[in-house]
Amino acid sequence: MSLGNSSTPLGKARGLGSAQSGVHHWMNDRVTSIALLLLGTWFIASLLLLPKLDQATLVEWLHAPSGAIPMALLVIVGFRHALDGLKVVVDDYVHEPGNNFIINTLFLFLAVAGAAIALYALAMLAFGVTA
Amino acid sequence: MVVSILHRATGIALSIAGLALLTWWLVALSGGADAYATFEKASHHPVGIIVLIGLTWSFFQHLLSGIRQLVEDSGSAFQLGTNKLFAILTIVGGIVLTAAFWVYILEVRP
Repeated sequence: MSLGNSSTPLGKARGLGSAQSGVHHWMNDRVTSIALLLLGTWFIASLLLLPKLDQATLVEWLHAPSGAIPMALLVIVGFRHALDGLKVVVDDYVHEPGNNFIINTLFLFLAVAGAAIALYALAMLAFGVTA
Repeated sequence: MVVSILHRATGIALSIAGLALLTWWLVALSGGADAYATFEKASHHPVGIIVLIGLTWSFFQHLLSGIRQLVEDSGSAFQLGTNKLFAILTIVGGIVLTAAFWVYILEVRP
């Protein structure tokens, strides 16, 4: 509740305190970005260090825990960071509450579905019998 | 300003095209020889290679401007000269790392 009766934006906001969840969102972006700094570097380094980039080599790489576990983390943290980042962009440009909700919810569904598909494929590689 | 716009643009590209491609790649790898042949046909096509180079550049640019943001979050590097130097370094670094990556992939280890 605003303490003042001002009709100016600042007057309305004064005394309300923070929305409480803003710092959490901001912090999440930083924590996932630091994680992706490590996981992204691991991914690029792995592609450079593998002897070849054919299917047999890549399947063998992701069949081993040393490949499958960081890749699972890259998928999970990557989709999470993308979702957080896209929300910042959507909230910046889509102000109408209905449209904002629809677009953010669409991205949420796409991110969860994408992560589930990627993790399922990865599980097939990790636990499946190598060809 | 330019680096901030690039950070946002590359973030959107990585979120949508990058993650879609990563997911397709994992699904193709797990789907047997035929599924992977389809992926390779697309990824070895000139258009596919341009998309992959674009995403690699997006990755390095976003990574470097992301590191710059983390440094700025700590309250450092806001002096005009330093700030501009770091901004230029993210752009130069993004291009150099992308070029080095692809020269190695295509030429050194074909």
